[in-house]
Amino acid sequence: MRKQRRVGSRLFMALVFLFLYAPILLMIIFSFNAGNSNVVWQGFSLHWYEELFQDRSIMQSVYTTLLVSILATVIATVAGTFAAVGFYSMRRRTRGALLAVNNIPMTNADIVTGVSLCLLFVAVFGFWNEFAANYQVTLNLFGSVYRITFPELSLGFGTMLIAHITFNIPYVILSVGPKLRQMDRHLVDAARDLGCTWMGAFFKVILPEIKPGIISGALIAFTMSVDDFVISYFTGGSSASTLAREIYSMARRRISPEINAVSTLLFVVVLALLVVNNIREARIAKAEARRQY
Amino acid sequence: MSKELIRLSDCVMSYDGDVVLDHINLYINDQEFLTLLGPSGCGKTTTLRIIGGFLSPTSGDVFFDGVRMNDVPPHKRAVNTVFQKYALFPHLNVFENVAFGLRIPRTQTVEQGGKTVSKKVRLSKQEIHDRVMEMLEVVNLKGFEKRPVSALSGGQQQRVAIARALVNRPKVLLLDEPLGALDMRLRKDMQGELKRIQQEMGITFIYVTHDQEEALAMSDTVVVMDQGKIQQIGTPEDIYNEPKNAFVADFIGESNILDGVMRADGVVEIFNRKFQCLDKGFDQDEPVDVVIRPEDVDIVDEGNGQLRGTVTAVTFKGVHYDTIVDFYGFKWLIQTTDYCPVGSNIGIKIDPDGIHVMKKSQYSGLFGDYSSYSEEYEEIGDADYVPDEEEGSHHEE
Repeated sequence: MRKQRRVGSRLFMALVFLFLYAPILLMIIFSFNAGNSNVVWQGFSLHWYEELFQDRSIMQSVYTTLLVSILATVIATVAGTFAAVGFYSMRRRTRGALLAVNNIPMTNADIVTGVSLCLLFVAVFGFWNEFAANYQVTLNLFGSVYRITFPELSLGFGTMLIAHITFNIPYVILSVGPKLRQMDRHLVDAARDLGCTWMGAFFKVILPEIKPGIISGALIAFTMSVDDFVISYFTGGSSASTLAREIYSMARRRISPEINAVSTLLFVVVLALLVVNNIREARIAKAEARRQY
Repeated sequence: MSKELIRLSDCVMSYDGDVVLDHINLYINDQEFLTLLGPSGCGKTTTLRIIGGFLSPTSGDVFFDGVRMNDVPPHKRAVNTVFQKYALFPHLNVFENVAFGLRIPRTQTVEQGGKTVSKKVRLSKQEIHDRVMEMLEVVNLKGFEKRPVSALSGGQQQRVAIARALVNRPKVLLLDEPLGALDMRLRKDMQGELKRIQQEMGITFIYVTHDQEEALAMSDTVVVMDQGKIQQIGTPEDIYNEPKNAFVADFIGESNILDGVMRADGVVEIFNRKFQCLDKGFDQDEPVDVVIRPEDVDIVDEGNGQLRGTVTAVTFKGVHYDTIVDFYGFKWLIQTTDYCPVGSNIGIKIDPDGIHVMKKSQYSGLFGDYSSYSEEYEEIGDADYVPDEEEGSHHEE
């Protein structure tokens, strides 16, 4: 009876893991398939990876993805860190209210964030483009005449970058905040007392103390950016295509094993980042436990 | 002889209408060891933070060497602070903690070709090393340079905090309850150590504490504060022997505080009996507070005393007995080497110099009765003081 139950629970576990990981495993296996099929195994080959690296549109989208992710991560990390420091020095009630607002974009559905950002950009660009089409500035400088026209704006890399920064900042704030609260409040006073300006104290004392939080925040932000499809889809226009968008459009045309290969790579990259972050956090927790002892 | 270094002139500090400091006037001389003493919430730390530059007074002025300093930030003041919980930098080792202030370039104004130029001056590596090592020797921490501060004991962390502040050769060192987190024994050692360092280096110390023994033992000048006001400024002897009001008398040492009436110069009436005293300058028949220290009372035979009372409790304290005596319903603490059993009737005698007369104040009637002796005793004996807790048990009624 007892044994039966144990077998039952194990079977259940096995099923859970099967449903979770079988699709990914299947995808990885078939990315090495020699044939064109997603059903029949025709031998091992790196053919699809070769194809992948020769596919210009895919490589272009990889480049776009990395560029937007890195830029968004850097900017969001800096902005989020300073925002967290600002929150930290506020009164508790103000801080609580602002943190609640900060959390909304994270719990919000991507599609809502994407559509609303898209609407905002389109609205602003609408006004701007009308203005640009009708006005120009003529400058007469030292006898030569310059005619300045305003460029027409549309959705593209810039808007996508802004969108990525927007949805990354809350994650940074959320991972830096606790580190600040753990810090001894008098540390900043002590640094200023010893001759630091406020900025000096920030770099010499606050930054080393909250560095682990900043790094985890940046890693989470980067992962979110690489991973994002919906928001990029709505804010990137037709020109800036990320890897996720490229895969989506490839899948709509035909299910090519090339998709398996590119998805496998994406999966590996994100997994690696998560593993790195987890190892780091475990190490820090260990070091802190030792420090307290 | 000694020169004035810091002056607080009419300093008021209030938060949202809550007055934390109420017209503080105070000057501090060069090389003085001055202690701000008072219960928590009395404004002593606020005063220290104003001097350190972490707070700017709501009104009033702060002068260093005659120069108004109200809005000068902490990093531009020739003052360093030892913080309550040390505030050592956890990511740096002992050497780097102490060297922190020395590594920051200072702006100095230099005469150059007839013009005054402000220049950033950076100390050489060798000089930083020498000064840190010298300072670590002063605080007895040689050989600890490479240790992370987290691996140090409380007393050692305390020394690092002192070294980190003193290595910058400040004119004034501010200490905010620096010994609060240490145990009794270590506290006594560090008191001696601090006094030694202060005298050796010839630096002005401004010391904040709630511990009256500490204040009396170390200071040149004690400033007793309560409710944001300075209650009394004086030498430890002055404060103990000539307290200005019932609060000071009660806060510093043990005292019996009684209602009296001044009948003439040198004559005060307590419990309808006239006593000789040394105090003068009061109005005829002015109601006053009378302080009688427990050690200034002599116990005599019932018939020979100026007052007669009944012993209600006796505690052996080693050097003496703490004897509680009931006089007409008012309980006194008397410290005597003579054992008087509970229930015995005794008489007492007080010499004129054992009586101190004070003007009536807002604190009259609040302190100095030993009716609830055991409670008060426990509070005094409580060594594990928690700085953030309010001590309200003083007010017994």
